[in-house]
Amino acid sequence: MAAALAWIALKSLILILVLLGGFAYIMVFERKLLGWMQYRLGPNRVGPWGLLQPIADGVKMFFKEDLMPRDADPIVFHTAPMIALAVALLAYALIPVAPGWAIASPDAGMLTLLAITSLGVYGIALGGWASQSKYALLGSLRSTAQMVSYELAMGMAALSVMVVAGSVRFADIVDAQAGLWNIVRMPVAFLVFFIAMFAETNRTPFDLPEAEAELVSGYNTEYSGMRFAMFYMAEYVNMITAASLITLLFLGGWRGPWLPPVVWFLLKVVFLLFVFIWVRATLPRLRYDRLMHFGWKVLLPASAANLVAYAAWVALR
Amino acid sequence: MLKAIAKGLGTTLRVLFKPPSTYEYPEKKKPRAARFRGRHELRIYENGLEMCVGCELCQVACPANAITVVAAENDPAAPHSPGERYGYKYQVDLLRCIFCGLCEEACPTDCLHLTQEFELAAFTREAEVYQKDRLLARRPSGYRVPENVYPPYTGRKAAVHA
Repeated sequence: MAAALAWIALKSLILILVLLGGFAYIMVFERKLLGWMQYRLGPNRVGPWGLLQPIADGVKMFFKEDLMPRDADPIVFHTAPMIALAVALLAYALIPVAPGWAIASPDAGMLTLLAITSLGVYGIALGGWASQSKYALLGSLRSTAQMVSYELAMGMAALSVMVVAGSVRFADIVDAQAGLWNIVRMPVAFLVFFIAMFAETNRTPFDLPEAEAELVSGYNTEYSGMRFAMFYMAEYVNMITAASLITLLFLGGWRGPWLPPVVWFLLKVVFLLFVFIWVRATLPRLRYDRLMHFGWKVLLPASAANLVAYAAWVALR
Repeated sequence: MLKAIAKGLGTTLRVLFKPPSTYEYPEKKKPRAARFRGRHELRIYENGLEMCVGCELCQVACPANAITVVAAENDPAAPHSPGERYGYKYQVDLLRCIFCGLCEEACPTDCLHLTQEFELAAFTREAEVYQKDRLLARRPSGYRVPENVYPPYTGRKAAVHA
């Protein structure tokens, strides 16, 4: 029992280190790619090819003053970034990166994951509310509305995958894609899920919560130092989770010829992260009413129709 | 709409493989034009005499009032310049200078000259006001002393001062 617990603790520690290391290097990867896509070089001052940039950023963040607005609610203000980061890290505990390589693999894995990722909005909503700043409040309200609206479409797209696989376990969902990846079998569900993931992770073109042009910086306006860094880490870890989830549900998970499963999984995740950044370099931010219009009047009906169609197909098969 | 998004994605992907247009400045400097106008320099003749004869025309030509010249009579025994007068004090305030080059054009002896040097940052305002010691060129320019000057040209040895 104690040995099992220690083993889980060790695995969790490794996972957290890998995720935070991943966060640091996705940051460099993103800045480099954005630079290259804009005829620039990207960071190249710290270390060879700018590879030590995250260390410099981390040191800088660490030595910044930890400010709190006078009227802020201290307890909520201080816990909000922790909630955001803890939820983001917790979600990854359920994701298998290779057969059996997960910290927890409950039978209702997919449902548990959806439940945990839904908690992520609390960090943002509470952080914005506790700051006692109109920009932060508006940012967090937008974020809450956006995440709640897009979660429906995302959930239904994921549901059609679960219906076709006949299971909510990740291993079964991946095994069901042995012959044909779900991206080919259900392209509409993939598209809806993919778009909803951009909204869920607050990435461009759906980065309205931190629309720097209108809202200064959204829910994290009043945060500084390590608390600000925690929000950032949460956002990027959520991005890794989103890419892993798309890989599991639509890109055949760890399946692939010749290479070991982990490598395939990593390759697919890195490719998806590249697409996330690529889209950020390309698309402008949506207007808020268009975002809501798109979520409720386009994505939701599309995913609902898609779910009905695949449910009927499974029932009649 | 999807077509437009695809086109945009195509553009960014194409740019990804193009070379960046960045000049990595401190390491690699952009080539400057042959007549680039940078910091001022007072040239000297090949025998070491100053070319400046203290005429103060540069001071008059300067639209920004950046140049101050105080001329003095040459001592015929140990002249600073081959002429009646020389630039006793010569001061260029680079904080005022607009690098127009009119001073260079006004100079009758081709003494004043704008170099290629453009990295002129300093920590104090005083350091940006260049005095004669910093403006005088270190190396002889290759210009020969003209022959019809006063005081008469007395030869290389006598002319070079300490």
